[in-house]
Amino acid sequence: MSLGRPNGWASEPAGPTGAALPAPGTAREWLAAMVLIRRFEERAGEMYARAKIGGFLHLSIGEEATIVGSERALRDSDYLVSTYRSHGDALARGTPPEQVMAELFGKRDGCSKGHGGSMHMFDASRRFMGGYGIVGGNLPIAAGIALACDQRRGAQDAGGPDAASAIGGDGQDEVTLCTFGDGASNQGTFGETLNLAALWRLPVVFMVVNNQFGMGTSLSRHSAVTDLQRKGESLGVPGMRCDGMDILDTHRVVSEALARVREERRPLLIEAVTYRFRGHSMADPEDYRTKEEVAQWRERDPIPAFCDLLEREGALTKEQREQIDQGALRQVEEAVEFAESSPFPDPDTLYEDVYVLDEQVHGHYHWSPKVVR
Amino acid sequence: MTEMRYRDALKLALREEMAHDENVILMGEDIGVFGGAFKVTSGLLEEFGERRVRDTPISENTIVGVGVGAAMVGLRPVVELMTVNFALLAFDQIVNHAAHIHYMFGGQARVPMVVRMPQGAGHQLGPTHSHSFESMFLGVPGLLVAVPSTPADARGLLKAAIRDENPVIFIEHESLYGVRGEVDEDDEQPLVFGRARIVRSGGDVTIVGVSRMALTAERAAEELAGTHGVEAEVIDPRTLRPLDLDTILESVAKTNRCVIVEEGWPHGGVGANLAALISEQAFDDLDAPVMRVSGADVPMPYSKPLEEIAFPHEPQIVQAALSVMGREAPAGLNGRPATPQASEARI
Repeated sequence: MSLGRPNGWASEPAGPTGAALPAPGTAREWLAAMVLIRRFEERAGEMYARAKIGGFLHLSIGEEATIVGSERALRDSDYLVSTYRSHGDALARGTPPEQVMAELFGKRDGCSKGHGGSMHMFDASRRFMGGYGIVGGNLPIAAGIALACDQRRGAQDAGGPDAASAIGGDGQDEVTLCTFGDGASNQGTFGETLNLAALWRLPVVFMVVNNQFGMGTSLSRHSAVTDLQRKGESLGVPGMRCDGMDILDTHRVVSEALARVREERRPLLIEAVTYRFRGHSMADPEDYRTKEEVAQWRERDPIPAFCDLLEREGALTKEQREQIDQGALRQVEEAVEFAESSPFPDPDTLYEDVYVLDEQVHGHYHWSPKVVR
Repeated sequence: MTEMRYRDALKLALREEMAHDENVILMGEDIGVFGGAFKVTSGLLEEFGERRVRDTPISENTIVGVGVGAAMVGLRPVVELMTVNFALLAFDQIVNHAAHIHYMFGGQARVPMVVRMPQGAGHQLGPTHSHSFESMFLGVPGLLVAVPSTPADARGLLKAAIRDENPVIFIEHESLYGVRGEVDEDDEQPLVFGRARIVRSGGDVTIVGVSRMALTAERAAEELAGTHGVEAEVIDPRTLRPLDLDTILESVAKTNRCVIVEEGWPHGGVGANLAALISEQAFDDLDAPVMRVSGADVPMPYSKPLEEIAFPHEPQIVQAALSVMGREAPAGLNGRPATPQASEARI
């Protein structure tokens, strides 16, 4: 089986590939990152049930290996662009759980100041370039970030000035990783963006997180081509696949893709085959799949599987396993306490950040007798 | 002062800003090799090269989205859409992302980009190439909206748009590209958004003309003065967000009457919005209801005689001005319906 090889091979079920383990300390750090996401999401679900969190809540439980495996393949200077299921991406990138939970609570200290909520996490300082609520809407954004990186690199090569920007490219070899779901592969922006990225040779890795469902519609019911890694072929974007339930395989394939894109300056598409154990959002009766199917996938739960592997390989003791879990639970508990105690945004801040204020734009219109401009 | 066409004034602005800032890049369909559907960008590919003048596939939503992403990390993209109708394909990226990113990410990211597009009727392009949609963009918080009507304003406002830290919808007019006007080439200072231009002073009635309608209103004002002895004050708001409401209100305080002229549809239009603002803020100044002259409430027809009566011309503006002054005006001037929007009042 040749998982991770670009193109030219038939659809195969993903499976363990025996990718090499990293150093024990690194492996335990990856495990801790996955466990943190799992415990965070579980607690977020509880908080939603207690009406501490409003709107929609899309949990990543089951997809932790895809998230952490791909994120840990990135450099700090690389960019990550995500979807409306983005708590895990923010946490994996290093955004403090306090800020993510406070955002879910709609509090002032949330990473998006309570303006975004579950679907719109953002952390400029860690180059986590956002969760996006529109399915497929994030692909052009990712290509644009890649364009800016490429442009700046070219300008530096030509001896041009290095423009200042808070979150701007460094003119190095940054690559943008763009994740999206299997459902997004049917949007117009998928075809448009892959074509443009290939045409302009943009340094972007597109990763379709195939969790088997576009909301409540299964892959075979929404996509004529279910071998998703091939969907970019006609657009000039070669495909690869990884087992998204296996953090080692995900890390290996994404690392290879990033290295190739960095070097060859052309986009790649990765299909990460995974499964979400919970509903699409919290309000999902899950009538579109059987309990047996969910149970089958849960047998491949990426966290116990990785724990067991590490124990077998002597990279994890039972005590360490327990410590990691307790540490995650403690972090999440602190995040909830922080979110609880953080104040709601002041009503006076309603109009903040609608515009960047300057000489031309002095404020925002209030439709009241007092006109502010 | 140099006399130049509207399209050349736009090109001058692009050239100056590209020279001023390496981060300014152009993207759009047929803007490079072809020189632009309306030739605004002709010659810029040769001058600035493939990396900064980028021909794109026909993918409006994605082009704008790529501009958004590039702007978030420091470029200043100027995206050209071939007509305002095609901007509808990009409405997702314009509204959900360009306009909202600064707000929804708590101020952490900015989108300093310009989306240029021409609008307007008069070329018999029918219902998918001829509309005027400034009010759609005006309704979206987070966007700035410019509607220049002269070559000097086109240049000065485009320069200001490119330098602004906010996303700007920059609406040009198909019928203005060939219109000439005076431009001071030596003055490279951008204009400032939110400052209306008083096109013509007068004390009897205020006429606000949006986009090309500023010119039509100016000609109507000449007819009002010459034929009817009415001195109209014509105001071109130049930008709709931010809007220089003060200048309009000051004029209304003087004339006590107001007519708003726009090429777009009447329902929820720029005029509807502005009429509401004027009545909220200056009700006591008004001696007559604010009157609107708008495009007809129909998809733009192809046939020349129908197209001609589907957007405002001078006679409708003259008639509206006379009517707010309480002067009897003959219905159906020049054989046209009294005003385009009069017919929509039936629904």
